[in-house]
Amino acid sequence: MREEIITSGRMNPLIDPVLNVWHWEIPIYLFLGGLSAGLLFFAALYTIMDKEDKYKTAVKVAPIIAPIAIALGLIALMLDLKHPLYSWQLYTTIRMGSPMSWGAWTLMAVMPLSVAWVAIYIDQVFPQIGRTPKPIMKVMNLVVRLKDTDDGTGINWEYSYKWLRSLKNWVYANRVTMAWILLPLAIILGVYTGILLSAFNARPLWNTSLLGPLFLVSGISTAAASIMWLTNDQEERTLFSRIDLILIIVELFFIVHLFMGFLAGPAVQIEAAELFLGGHFTAPFWGLVVVLGLIVPAILEALELKGFHIPVAVPAALILLGGAIFRFIMVEAGQITRWLY
Amino acid sequence: MRYGMAIDTKKCVGCSDCVVACQLENHVPVGYARDWIVEVTEGTFPNLSLEIRSERCNHCDNTPCVRTCPTGASHIIEGGIVKVTHNECIGCGACIQSCPYDARYTHPEGYVDKCTFCDHRVKNGQDPACVSVCPTHCMYFGDLDDPNSEISKIVNRRKIKTLAPEAGTLPQIFYLV
Repeated sequence: MREEIITSGRMNPLIDPVLNVWHWEIPIYLFLGGLSAGLLFFAALYTIMDKEDKYKTAVKVAPIIAPIAIALGLIALMLDLKHPLYSWQLYTTIRMGSPMSWGAWTLMAVMPLSVAWVAIYIDQVFPQIGRTPKPIMKVMNLVVRLKDTDDGTGINWEYSYKWLRSLKNWVYANRVTMAWILLPLAIILGVYTGILLSAFNARPLWNTSLLGPLFLVSGISTAAASIMWLTNDQEERTLFSRIDLILIIVELFFIVHLFMGFLAGPAVQIEAAELFLGGHFTAPFWGLVVVLGLIVPAILEALELKGFHIPVAVPAALILLGGAIFRFIMVEAGQITRWLY
Repeated sequence: MRYGMAIDTKKCVGCSDCVVACQLENHVPVGYARDWIVEVTEGTFPNLSLEIRSERCNHCDNTPCVRTCPTGASHIIEGGIVKVTHNECIGCGACIQSCPYDARYTHPEGYVDKCTFCDHRVKNGQDPACVSVCPTHCMYFGDLDDPNSEISKIVNRRKIKTLAPEAGTLPQIFYLV
């Protein structure tokens, strides 16, 4: 028998009896960050490949989610900070060894780029502003106004200011350059969600370099599922269904490798793996994440490609839910794993 | 100059004087602690062994907490003491997650706080508060780089262990066993 007890009054509820510093805010951000990274990745990729009209949803429609998701994710991150008034300190330094510093700077670059991306395509996605209640129109008039004459494009609005219009035209003309900048940034953003956790040696469940690629693939997979759900074009749906199927298979391989690595590792990582192999997280992880979040949608997508008719919302929603639950479980379980006591 | 601490587990009785001294010296808020006592019992009754340890930040040589800090609030000062600059800390929790010893906590005012080896006392030539009050004199503090210091001598003479050396942090608190 071995019993270790802290006998003095260390009763910090965030640390004892189990470390509980990060709550729902972090997994929510990891999910939204991964989703946005994937959406921007596909948008940039198909722009570079000159298929922006062929895969309209991926390039023009789905990226609208990205800045909204990043903004919500950033709000979640701010809520997590215990000293939020000092958050500007993130931008007074670049710390190469700290993934969080990398992530903060990446978000600083991605956020305006994703807004710019939406701004140059939104007139093609929503060409007509219909009858809008006056108060809402007043707010909208800060940025957009109805056009006087119809110039044959079918778009009945434009940005309010001349400089904004010329800026938009300039960015639109240089959208391929922007795509080249956005592509690596999106990958860094996606990897960052995993590397953030894997940098912590003290939490054995997280301390594996596989977490970066695993979270990246999972994020891109949730993005592919969203595009598949949003699109009305059968060809685009088939393409993203196929991409998603491949990503799910890669993700399953990574998960198997993750546990192989843990079980071949030091005692603390074997203990971490045991949380998922008979321990507390076995049922939610294998049931909700692996079976319902990966295997079932993979089978549904495969059946769809074989010609069966499956409502696309089912696999897409399962993948998104599975991705979110995966991050909640990883953050929660990782904080239980430790070296001492 | 490399400050370190040695704690004699054969002499420690677990009285928690070090904990109280630290809380008073450093105005640690009620319910929180920068150091704490761990009692380890091994074996089956009646064949038991007991080890008592006073634990705190290990002021490691390889500091994951300083590495993962995104703002540079966590830093190392002269003598290898790991400190946190309060008005640079954003309270993100990265250092807490990266510490294998759970030695850091979030102060109610929002920043992360931890043992400072009482650097304000040490720079005046005094021992840290915990060391100075220990009634069994089981704690030793000093410069590990100086071969003639009391701590260097006792660490070289006695059998020692560090906590979770497998974590690779090179802790500078040595337990005499």
